[in-house]
Amino acid sequence: MSKNDVKLKRKDILRRRGLIVQIIRDFFHREGYLEVETPNRIPAPAPEFNIEAEPSGAWFLHTSPELCMKRLLAEGWDRIFQICKCYRRGERGRLHLPEFTLLEWYRTGIDYLDLMIECEKLIGFLATRLEYGPVLSYGSQTVDLTPPWERLTLQEAFDRYAPISLDVALERDTFEEVLVDWVEPHLGVNKPTFLYDYPVSHGALARVKRGNEKVVERFELYMAGIELANAFSELTDPEEQRKRFQAEEKKRRQFGKIPYPMPEKFLHSLGHISSAAGCALGIDRLVMLFTGAPEIGLCVTFAPEEL
Amino acid sequence: MHGVMCFMYEASDLRKGLRIKLDGEPHIITDFNFVKPGKGQALYRCKLKNLITGAQFDRTFRSVDVFEPADLQQKKMQYLYEEEGRYCFMDTETFEQVYLTAEQVGEARNFLVENLEVGVLFFGDKPLDITLPNAVDLVVTQADPWVKGDTVAGNTKPVTVETGYVLQVPSFIEQGDKIRVDTRTGEYLTRVKE
Repeated sequence: MSKNDVKLKRKDILRRRGLIVQIIRDFFHREGYLEVETPNRIPAPAPEFNIEAEPSGAWFLHTSPELCMKRLLAEGWDRIFQICKCYRRGERGRLHLPEFTLLEWYRTGIDYLDLMIECEKLIGFLATRLEYGPVLSYGSQTVDLTPPWERLTLQEAFDRYAPISLDVALERDTFEEVLVDWVEPHLGVNKPTFLYDYPVSHGALARVKRGNEKVVERFELYMAGIELANAFSELTDPEEQRKRFQAEEKKRRQFGKIPYPMPEKFLHSLGHISSAAGCALGIDRLVMLFTGAPEIGLCVTFAPEEL
Repeated sequence: MHGVMCFMYEASDLRKGLRIKLDGEPHIITDFNFVKPGKGQALYRCKLKNLITGAQFDRTFRSVDVFEPADLQQKKMQYLYEEEGRYCFMDTETFEQVYLTAEQVGEARNFLVENLEVGVLFFGDKPLDITLPNAVDLVVTQADPWVKGDTVAGNTKPVTVETGYVLQVPSFIEQGDKIRVDTRTGEYLTRVKE
């Protein structure tokens, strides 16, 4: 392949990307959502141990628009969506960019199970408008997009694919290794997979599941082994949320990570949301899946190495 | 974690080609991949090569890991001679001599001529590797004679040079000629007029 071919391919990818974003906007407008823009530069990101915000002066660039969008829910908005750039320090790999584009949407009065259905509708709408059949090809894989998609709890997935159980993996602190090496390759292979019900330690802003206090109502959507979207029933109890943030922040400081101030205004607003669910979907990864791009850097105008 | 006085790399500094100290020995990262399941810990997956033993292996690091730089130094030295698979180099200022094995010298042996100045890479006082100049002049010790009239551009023939290395050269090169060879590709560059 000559250098020209690569350039040409990139051009096609970017052209399709523009179309994908346009179709997504169309979907949400039809469903009665309002498109919003929240500030990218914020004084206090959500304290999560594994997400590094990029400092910007004394403030930070947001790692997702989650806190501001939930404050909008507290102010009475019931269906909102946003497509924005987010920033996470030190993340660059086949599926990661330190600056990436998220689609994030929230709706009051629903839970994470309703969001699974909305994901099926969104991707189905996109595939139809892009004139795909019911089957998406990515690399050597073909994924049947006909709903309903596969729904698998994390526990079931570990029991089915991993050499050790979820509990043992968590206890030995090898959760990520086992998930990446043994479980993820099987997810979203024939049909997209919703992997759901995560341990409380892996969903700092998600609501605890009714009837099972060990897990939170969170899911990740996988297509062709690629983690595409993360969603949960929102935790709306300010005191519980404060405790979770404090635990994460304590761990952050213990390991010498940049300290984050407590997002007080966000915590205060939580009490004004009755119930809601929200989903974050990686646009760059969606473009990978719908263009066959093997690497996320090909799906943006310039990857960091090209700057 | 920052109780150490010297400069340390963090996991996010890891990349292909970086040299770090692991278990007290210098290693080079030969392949690198970043993976991170959503909300989970980042995994920095590396293929590493031990610069002393040559051993290659995989290792996964996490964001809380820190690394000492492999304290490597390069010295300019002169190549003296080879004896029973040991290659002798001398520091031209201190006259100190060090030996490298055939394995450490590797393909570079094809271009080592007496008194050649090379870079020798040290870990402490242990020599590990050599860096050649990009081009080296070598005398042709064996070549088929030039058939007069063979002037077709692009015609080549094999010759042997003083180190025993065999390479393709234009057909006008004769035994006793000095030629310049690119040490990175092993290919002929030009004839050197003296």
